[in-house]
Amino acid sequence: MPDKNIIEIKDVSYAYGTRPILTGINMAIPRGSTVAIMGISGSGKTTLLRLIAGVMKAKQGEVWVDGERVNDLDQAGIFRMRRRLGMMFQFGALFTDLSVFDNVAFQMREHTDLSEPMIRDLVLMKLHAVGLRGAHQLMPSELSGGMSRRVALARAIALDPALMLYDEPFTGLDPIAMGTITNLIKELNAALGATSIVVTHDVQEALDVVDYVYYLSDGKMVAHGTPEVIRNSTDPLVRQFVYGEFDGPVAYQYPAKQLADDMRLPGGAAH
Amino acid sequence: MQRSTLDLWVGLFVMGGIGALLVLAMKVGNMSSIGGGSETYALTANFDNIGGLKPRAPVKSSGVVVGRVSGITFDNEKFNARVTLNIEKTYKFPKDTSASILTSGLLGEQYVGLEGGGDPVNLNAGDRIKQTQSAVVLEKLIGQFLYSKASEGGGDKK
Amino acid sequence: MATHKGFSIRGIGARTIDSVLRLGYATRFIARTIASSGTSLKRPRLVIRELYFTGVLSLIIILVSGLFVGMVLGYQGYYTLQTYGSESALGVLVALSLVRELGPVMAALLFASRAGSAMTAEIGLMKATEQLSAMEMMAVDPIARVVAPRFWAGFISMPLLAAMFSAMGVFGGYLVGVVQIGVDDGSFWSQMQSAVDFHKDIMNGVIKSVVFGFAVTWISLFEGYDAPPTAEGVSGATTRTVVTSSLAILALDFLLTAFMFGGV
Repeated sequence: MPDKNIIEIKDVSYAYGTRPILTGINMAIPRGSTVAIMGISGSGKTTLLRLIAGVMKAKQGEVWVDGERVNDLDQAGIFRMRRRLGMMFQFGALFTDLSVFDNVAFQMREHTDLSEPMIRDLVLMKLHAVGLRGAHQLMPSELSGGMSRRVALARAIALDPALMLYDEPFTGLDPIAMGTITNLIKELNAALGATSIVVTHDVQEALDVVDYVYYLSDGKMVAHGTPEVIRNSTDPLVRQFVYGEFDGPVAYQYPAKQLADDMRLPGGAAH
Repeated sequence: MQRSTLDLWVGLFVMGGIGALLVLAMKVGNMSSIGGGSETYALTANFDNIGGLKPRAPVKSSGVVVGRVSGITFDNEKFNARVTLNIEKTYKFPKDTSASILTSGLLGEQYVGLEGGGDPVNLNAGDRIKQTQSAVVLEKLIGQFLYSKASEGGGDKK
Repeated sequence: MATHKGFSIRGIGARTIDSVLRLGYATRFIARTIASSGTSLKRPRLVIRELYFTGVLSLIIILVSGLFVGMVLGYQGYYTLQTYGSESALGVLVALSLVRELGPVMAALLFASRAGSAMTAEIGLMKATEQLSAMEMMAVDPIARVVAPRFWAGFISMPLLAAMFSAMGVFGGYLVGVVQIGVDDGSFWSQMQSAVDFHKDIMNGVIKSVVFGFAVTWISLFEGYDAPPTAEGVSGATTRTVVTSSLAILALDFLLTAFMFGGV
């Protein structure tokens, strides 16, 4: 079973204290695919990503990653699993005190005994893949938003992971940079033969890249299918999200008293 | 920052810190005068009153520091204070040496002063110095002074 | 952070429980840091790098402050001692005040505001920009890789900085007392040497600075690690580092002094 699907999530629920974040999630992600987890802010998609990465453990249900049951792993086991995992953070999360080169070399130096010349070759190859070989001696503070994201991508693929996680990879990028990242996700997935999970709320970019979409709302899996299915979905929740309608099942108005009451107009319930 | 520059600075920093500690130990403290290396021998002396003498106070002869006070105890047989002095091996004192407790300046610290006599035989380790003079106790001195004044003046003033 | 709890009995109770919880968390944090020092031992370069930031970059402020404090002690000491005609004891006064008290305490206060606040801000920002999470996702423990080297660097540099502060201060006192005012050179040094005891004064001063170094680094690292991952969170944590460290230094100084010199 783990041979076909790199990730299996079975009936997973998670709660912060008494506040439920995720309820009854089921997912199966086949190897080599690119999958998007979408939803509005606060829908629980980041929590789901954290459960997969083993940052948090599911209280109910099972999370299987690459044949290992994440629920059972101790800290050392989680770290072992994460070596097969690459993650790109929302704003890159580059180490600000290290140069671009050292950022990409970080994992190689921490986890392998490769010689410095070997590391140099590998780092330059990875940077070349994201088109930034020439920028290897720059510091992260000298990079634009799009460039940091690309360096972060090069760093995430440093050890050729089997599974790539992208946390909001498109947020805050200009259209050109967004196109670059979209393209890179596609290309790298093919080149590495990896599986990619993209957590995002940038609908159009995501629908261009992925093979399959899971749509979360309020901690529940309300829809899933290929990008075509999602685009043509009749579910009002999905429609509102995909077409960016400002009012719908997700209300525009923050819950409040009757307008007339707040304005102290005669006829309101208040005196 | 180049690695070598960084190493250089950190090296200088650690050397400076250890250097400062050494300066404090040698120049400011008394590590140089009483190092662990110099050998000493012990003498004892009994005093009726040691005043404010403390362990580790210097022992001087003609103003030269020749040792330190190593211990102060009460002698249960003679009912007075027994002071042990550690004298450096290089300094010899004759049998009839006298010891007195002196004060450096009016408010300074108290030390033991040794004054050699003319005896051809020297004191050996563990020997007792027989002639001693107690510390001058300021209150006693003032008391004596007032008493003599009072007896002179007929006793109408305190 | 617990805000707006008011001064009601419940508020006081809640805040007391909060601080006990925080203290417990901070203790677990430092225990974990010390337990994960293996990486720092195996790769001393990590510690050397932090020694540069905590130690070398604090040098200027420590040396200059030490010199000035020593010079002020020289003046004040001289005018006080002159009244009793014992100017020759100036060396003793300068050296004892510095070695026993001012050296460790002032150096620690300066260290807290120079290096401690920088450590808090750095770690707080690394947390706010997800650098610590990124490290964890790369299967590297940030406590071992980021926190522990900084802890050892702070722990090592504090006594060295305090010693340099004291040495510089004695030199400042010498400049003012001997070179400028004209106290006798020989009695300045010899009285100092006969009065300052290596074990009782200098070593106790070193012990104090080691304790302060531990406390300041602990507070700085914990505040950074525990800071809310926002701009206000980090700036608040930086302020708390300086305030808490200063209070801790002075309170610990009282305890240590009572313990070391109070008995005899």
